[in-house]
Order: sequence, then C-alpha cells, then structure tokens
Amino acid sequence: MLQLDAKIPGGPLETKWDRHRFDLKLVNPSNKRKFEIIVVGTGLAGGSASASLAELGYNVKTFCIQDSPRRAHSIAAQGGINAAKNYPNDSDSIWRLFYDTIKGGDFRAREANVYRLAQVSNLIIDHCVAQGIPFAREYGGLLANRSFGGAQVSRTFYARGQTGQQLLLGAYSALMRQVARGQVKMFPRREMLDLVVVDGQARGIVVRNLITGEIERHTAHAVVLATGGYGNVFYLSTNGMGCNVTAAYRCYKKGAGFANPCFTQIHPTCIPVHGDYQSKLTLMSESLRNDGRVWVPKKAGDKRRPEDIPEDERDYYLERIYPSFGNLAPRDISSRAAKRMCDEGKGVGPTGRAVYLDFRDAIQRLGQAEIEARYGNLFQMYERIVAEDPYTTPMMIYPASHYAMGGLWVDYNLMSTIPGLFVLGEANFSDHGANRLGASALMQGLADGYFVIPNTINGYLAGTKFAEVTESHEAFKESEAEVVAKVKKLLSIKGKRTVQDFHRDLGHVMWEYCGMGRTDEGLTKARKLVADVKAEFWENVTVPGSHTDLNQSLENAGRVADFLEFADILLLDALARRESCGCHFNEAFQTEDHEALRDDVNMAHVAVWEYAGEGKEPIFNKEPLNFEFVKLATRSYK
Amino acid sequence: MSSKSINLTLKVWRQQGPKAPGRLETYKAENISTDASFLEMLDIVNERLTLEGKEPIAFDHDCREGICGMCGSVVNGRPHGPQKETTLCQLHMRHFQDGDTVYIEPFRARALPVVKDLVVDRSALDQIIAAGGFISVNTGQAPEANSLPVPKDKADLAMDAAACIGCGACIAACPNAAAMLFTSAKISQLALLPHGRPEAAKRALAMLAQMDAAGFGNCTNHKECEMECPKGISISNIARLNREFLKAALASAEEIPAATKKE
Ligand SMILES: Cc1cc2nc3c(=O)[nH]c(=O)nc-3n(C[C@H](O)[C@H](O)[C@H](O)COP(=O)(O)OP(=O)(O)OC[C@H]3O[C@@H](n4cnc5c(N)ncnc54)[C@H](O)[C@@H]3O)c2cc1C
Ligand code: FES
Repeated sequence: MLQLDAKIPGGPLETKWDRHRFDLKLVNPSNKRKFEIIVVGTGLAGGSASASLAELGYNVKTFCIQDSPRRAHSIAAQGGINAAKNYPNDSDSIWRLFYDTIKGGDFRAREANVYRLAQVSNLIIDHCVAQGIPFAREYGGLLANRSFGGAQVSRTFYARGQTGQQLLLGAYSALMRQVARGQVKMFPRREMLDLVVVDGQARGIVVRNLITGEIERHTAHAVVLATGGYGNVFYLSTNGMGCNVTAAYRCYKKGAGFANPCFTQIHPTCIPVHGDYQSKLTLMSESLRNDGRVWVPKKAGDKRRPEDIPEDERDYYLERIYPSFGNLAPRDISSRAAKRMCDEGKGVGPTGRAVYLDFRDAIQRLGQAEIEARYGNLFQMYERIVAEDPYTTPMMIYPASHYAMGGLWVDYNLMSTIPGLFVLGEANFSDHGANRLGASALMQGLADGYFVIPNTINGYLAGTKFAEVTESHEAFKESEAEVVAKVKKLLSIKGKRTVQDFHRDLGHVMWEYCGMGRTDEGLTKARKLVADVKAEFWENVTVPGSHTDLNQSLENAGRVADFLEFADILLLDALARRESCGCHFNEAFQTEDHEALRDDVNMAHVAVWEYAGEGKEPIFNKEPLNFEFVKLATRSYK
Repeated sequence: MSSKSINLTLKVWRQQGPKAPGRLETYKAENISTDASFLEMLDIVNERLTLEGKEPIAFDHDCREGICGMCGSVVNGRPHGPQKETTLCQLHMRHFQDGDTVYIEPFRARALPVVKDLVVDRSALDQIIAAGGFISVNTGQAPEANSLPVPKDKADLAMDAAACIGCGACIAACPNAAAMLFTSAKISQLALLPHGRPEAAKRALAMLAQMDAAGFGNCTNHKECEMECPKGISISNIARLNREFLKAALASAEEIPAATKKE
C-alpha cells in the first residue's frame, strides 16, 4: 500500500501556507549551487519552475520534446487566467476564488491546496505584468477583466485570444535568460522514457535524443515533472499532437501513485468532428459563451438552415435549464447538456452531433465591430476550418476531450509518492477535483512553477541525505536496457497497421464508453476492447525507419503503447467511482433531472492507483478528503 | 461546408540527415477531402507510405491550431503556402484544385539547417531570445500589477508584436535570410511597455549582435517577411527596432554584452 500523507499543515486555512513555508527547512544560498534539479517539460509549469529554481541558484537541467521550449502546448490556451484581484469591485476575493474552485471541482479537491492556489493567484498577475506580458487593458491603462465559464465575477485576465501563448512566452523568456546565465541547461527534442530511482529516491531520468536516437542518462538530486495532460488518450482532443502520458506513466510504473485518472474534462465548445482523417479537434474558446447563445431546434430532426428556424422554434436550452448561469454554465454541465440534446435527435450539422453557438443577438446589441474586437481571431480560426462565416451563420460546436484533472498524486509540497519526484501543472492531480473551471489551469501551472515548488523543494533538499549517484549506476543501466528493449521491440514487429490506426481505435473505444456518459456495462466492455487493441498492437503494428535518427513513427508508437496500458487504469478508476461528480458521469448515479449525483459519505476521497507489476491489476488506495472549512453542497447552477 | 475529394501530385524534399544530399521525390496524394488540413493530407500520404514499408515524410508540427510555430514548409515557393496569414497546419485542402502538382520543401536559410526532410533546426532563434529577449525580473520582485498603467494603444501595439509564433517563415521568405522581423517583434513588444524600457538599449544591441553571430543575413527592405508572416507581424516593428538600435548606439556608452555563443 502507498503511504498517502498529504502533509497538509494544521491551523486556519488562511495561514497554512505561510506557516508551512516557515516550518520548511531552507537551503543556504551558497549551498544551492551544489544541487542539480531536472525539470521535464517547458509549459507554464515547467518553464516557470525552471526559471524560478535557477534564479534561486539551483543548477537546472530542463527537457522538452519540441525543438524549442517555447512550443509546449500551454501556448494554445486561448481564454485567460484567473486571479482574485477584485479589480472590477464585483465582490471577488481569495475566499471566493477558493470556494468557486472547490465547488467547481464538485468537492473532490483538497481545501488547503486550492486555498493556496487562490492566495498566490494575485502574485502571478503581478509577475507576468512585470515580465512584459501584454494583457488586455482599459482606456485608462489599467488591466481589463472578463468573466469566464462557471464564474459570476469578472476575474479573468487575458491577452486577446492568446493568453496561453503570452504567458508561456513570458516563462520562456525568463527561462532563456537563465540559459544565457548558464544556470539552466536546456535539452530540447528529448523525450523522457524512464525515471531512475535509487534507494527509493528519484535521482535521474533516461531520455531519447529525438534527433540522433541516442539514449541519454541524466542525474539529479530531484526530478520535477511538468509534462502536461493525457487528453490524447481519446485520440481526438484539443491537445497538441505530442501531448502524452508517457513520462507520467513511466513514473507510475516506478512507484508513483496515479490519482483520479477518470476525471477527464470534455470541453463544450469545440469544432465538431467531420472526417476520419481528422487529427485533432480545435477548441473555440469558452469566452465565446459570454456573448454567444447556445441553441438547438425544438423539433428533433429539423433539417432547416439555422436562419430559417424562427425564434419560437429554437430551444436555448442552457438559458432554459440553468437560468442563473445560462450560457456560462460550467463545462461538465454544458457538455452533458449538448450531448443530451444530440441524443434526443436535436443535434445539427451534417453528422447531427453539434449544437449552435449564435452571435446574432450580440451583433445586434453591440455591433459587428465590437464582436470582431472581442473574438476576431477565433471567428477567423473557425472560418478557416469550417469555411462558414460565423458573423452570419451560427457556429456549430460539440464537446471534445480537453483536459485531465487526474494526474500523478502529490502531497501539499507537490511531491509524489516517490521521494524527490515532484509533479506540477496538468500532470498532477492536485487542484481541480472532478472538474476544472475555465482559466484555472494557467493559474495552477504558474502557481506551481513560480510560487510553490521554489519553496517546497528546499524542504526536501535540506532534509534529505543523498548518496553519490553517477550515470553509471546500476539503476541507470537497467532503465536504459529496458528503454532500448522496448524501442527495438516496436521496430521489430513489422505488422500491417500503422500506429495512428491503433490510436484511432483506442480513441473510439474511450470516447464511446468513457466519454461524457459512462455505464458499468460500457466501461467493462471497454476494458475488454482496449485489451484487444493492445494485444493486436504488439503483434501487428508497423513502425518504419530506424532508432538511430529522427523517427516520428517510433516516438508515436511509444506514446500510443503507453496510452493503451494507461487507458485500463482510467477505465478501472471510472468503474470504482460509485457516484457521478464533476466530469465523471455514471448514468446509474443521477438525479431526476439528469444532474450528477454525488455520494459524499462513501466517495469523498482521492482514488490513487498503484502499479502492482506487469499483467497485474493495479492496487487501489485512497486519500480521504476532509472538508473543514466549506460545507459540501449540491452543486447547482440553476 | 461542402466537401469533395481531390487528387494531387506531391513533389516532396527528402533528405535523410543534415549532411546527406536531398532530392525531390514524387508521391500521389489521392482521394483527399477538401475539408482536410494540409498536414492531415500529409498524414494520409504518410500512412500510405508506412503501409508500403517506406519511411514517412518527417515534418514538424504540434498544436495544429496555428499557434505553436512548430509547423512550416515552403509550399509552391511560399512559406506556409498560398493563404495569407495562415500557418501550414491551418491551410485547408479546399484551396487546391484537383490535379494540382504541389512542391513541398523545407525552410531554407544558412542559420536554419535541415535536420531531416522538412524538419529544420531553429535553435538560432532561441539564442536570439536568450541574448536579451526578456525583462530582467526574478520571481517575487514584481510590484502590484496595476501600479504602472500602460496606455491602451501601446499595450495593443505590444500585443500585435508579441503575436509572433517564432516559426521562421520570415527568414525563409527573406532573400537575405535575415531574422529582422522575428527579432524586431520581441524588441518592439518590450520597448513599447514601460516595464521594458530600463533595458531597451541593452536589449536591442545584444539581440542584434546575436542575430549577426548566428549567421542571419541583413535586412535590405524587401518586405517579403511581412507578406509571408502567418501572424501578420508588421514591418513597422523593424522601423521601431532601427530606432531603438540607433538610440542605443548613440546614447549609450554602455558596453555591448557578449553575444551568447551558439553551441
Ligand atoms: C486548446 C486549449 C486551450 C486552453 N485554454 C485554457 C485557458 O484559456 N485557460 C486555462 O487556464 N487553461 C487553458 N487550457 C489548459 C492549459 O492550457 C493546460 O492545462 C496547461 O497549459 C498545461 O500546462 P503544463 O505546463 O502542465 O503542460 P504543457 O504546456 O502541456 O507542457 C508539457 C511539456 O512537457 C513536455 N513533455 C511532455 N512529455 C514529455 C516527455 N515524455 N519527455 C520530455 N518532455 C515531455 C512537452 O514538451 C512540454 O514542454 C487550455 C488547453 C488547451 C488544450
Ligand atoms: S502545428 Fe502549431 S503552428 Fe502549425
């Protein structure tokens, strides 16, 4: 069994973080340069952590898959980042941001972590502005805010529709500044393929150089994993093509607990699927729901063009069912409502799996110029893909896999169950419970990297004895041998189907049985189907080329192989959660009006899965969630 | 959306490695939906090559939403292809005709050597940023965010410049393979904001020095970069860079920091 001590500091919520920082041991400034820290990933979490740790004087080695750290998938975030500044004077506060996040997560996150997140949110905005991030401003020169899905206050800061890009370029600039100082050594185009554990401590990683194919060994005193989310387990998602579970999964196999894998978010506003050659789904930012109205025809099977459907034959179902939140209802709620409409035959578009997002009224009210100023780049993106003009014809949207709330289990220090392995950003499970609110992932990634890890890692480094470990240590040899064997195996199968083909199959199964609506029967069936896909993969996949140079098929094959194993834990977790909460919706647990039915008596816990060896069922562990400061309430957005 | 299928002949640059000779190979791209993106068309061709036991065409890509800057090839002589302000991943096949022959080649510039097929090494761009494309603020030092107002027009211009995705199309488009549009976008963004002013002079000098050191050419005002930039970055940024550089060179007796060396 895993030791799941969350190390939550005692005392009042408001002072936990301060007290904890005071209690943690410090590393004397001149001793910091004696430590080496590996950071894997250069998204908001890894980029900000690398820069901040280097600023403190640690020697940092940073790795990413892309050719440049600036291209991590954080770059694609559009809508914005939350903070509790309360600039609009609309009654926001640290407490409200904390409460909204806990409630938005359907009471399946830790109070202490979430409170800290809300506390440091304001520091993030200060820091990013000082870095030169061109956030939107009012005419008076002060920062502008907007509201975002699931919130009734305007607390979201944004840089046009490119907030993630701007925040990431800020973190990247800070990182490159440390590269120039020699404090960070940057290793792009490297894929982490194993974690090396020595005497129970994370002491390094094994990576493949994606250009030369060489397997490299890197030692460190601590490893910080910030490798993003696993949304691509559904094949089609809003994630980048390279997003993967590989690094996290290999850590799991080395003993790190995997928490709440079934908490996966399906985003309500994406461009619908249109063909099986399709490689990804494009998100249409949630901010569009501030001005767009979601509707379907009242009559099932209505094939008229949207402009021909009169007002009284349209069902603005979000406004109807959730009058107080309307089109801004949280993601899980909106996605399921869209699915329900399509299941009832009211879906639109060529496949019947889409609903309208209509700007007609907003254009009448505000004028086309204002809508263009607010959403111009998104409208353009839509028109490019769909070849229809959203200023005149309503957009068609449908939910798509978007974000992973689940991830490696971490304690309050963001340390996993393997001492010395810290996990940040989307790769950990920590702050969003069963559902993440819009504009909170950017906040969390930067909170973890800029403000949490630079504090908590000191406690570990100062309080731990380190044996001398070099790259020729037996543990490195073993890891490398395993990695090489796997690579060679993939190349040797020479079957008849492509990697992508298998990934597509996996995606179909996961989307069908483990997407927005889940049943025990479907999940059980999916386990069998996934096992079949996996078995065929290892017999019939074909991976051309060699392992001694750039081989994108090989990279992909490794990632899909890990997704195929990981998918089973996700399904198991979905089966084990005997309730519906947030994004996890088991049809057996619902209220009369189809809302999620939580079971706070038996299910208020984090489910943590532990690797039990090849071919064995993972072991279930749980961390109970104690709510001392908020009352568990039924989540209602009506 | 009305979709149909088209057939194309592709002439694709294949090159096994940085030192190997390259050549154009001919492939058929058959039965391609006009709703597919250009990269999805390449995916389809690659799946077919794989099934024939051949090595697929290597090309860089990740977000497929026109924001990460990872994709980019020269299509029919133009970086990112024929559509204005569109990255290759966002270019759709409806802009091609049935029967077209399409030439696909890597970005070419001395400072961006080919790695394999359509993949190039753009690390020289990271080095330019490392030389000064930042504001020197450590985590924890920042004052309250609203303590320094920024005129909205300045913030908007800074955002226009900051929209650069670092893909390298400007360099591929430039007859001199200069990196001026890229470099000027970062210098402009930071020079326009009050937070970036204290280091403006040092930054301009350092980044330009690194640009030269990395082997990029000089700007002689061809304006091709602006034409081909998928993000519409304006060459007015180059004018701003020149002003910053002149101001810096004239006003400051400050030493030009040594450029970070290319590894
Ligand atoms: C389209 C889209 C829009 C979004 N919009 C918003 C928004 O408006 N607001 C919001 O708050 N959130 C948004 N999100 C969510 C948010 O962007 C992500 O959750 C967040 O950016 C993740 O950051 P990260 O640093 O954890 O990971 P990432 O940015 O995904 O970075 C992962 C890093 O790990 C590296 N890596 C991965 N695997 C390996 C490996 N095996 N070896 C080596 N390196 C590896 C990658 O190269 C990369 O550098 C959006 C997400 C998407 C997909
Ligand atoms: S793949 Fe990211 S910009 Fe084209």
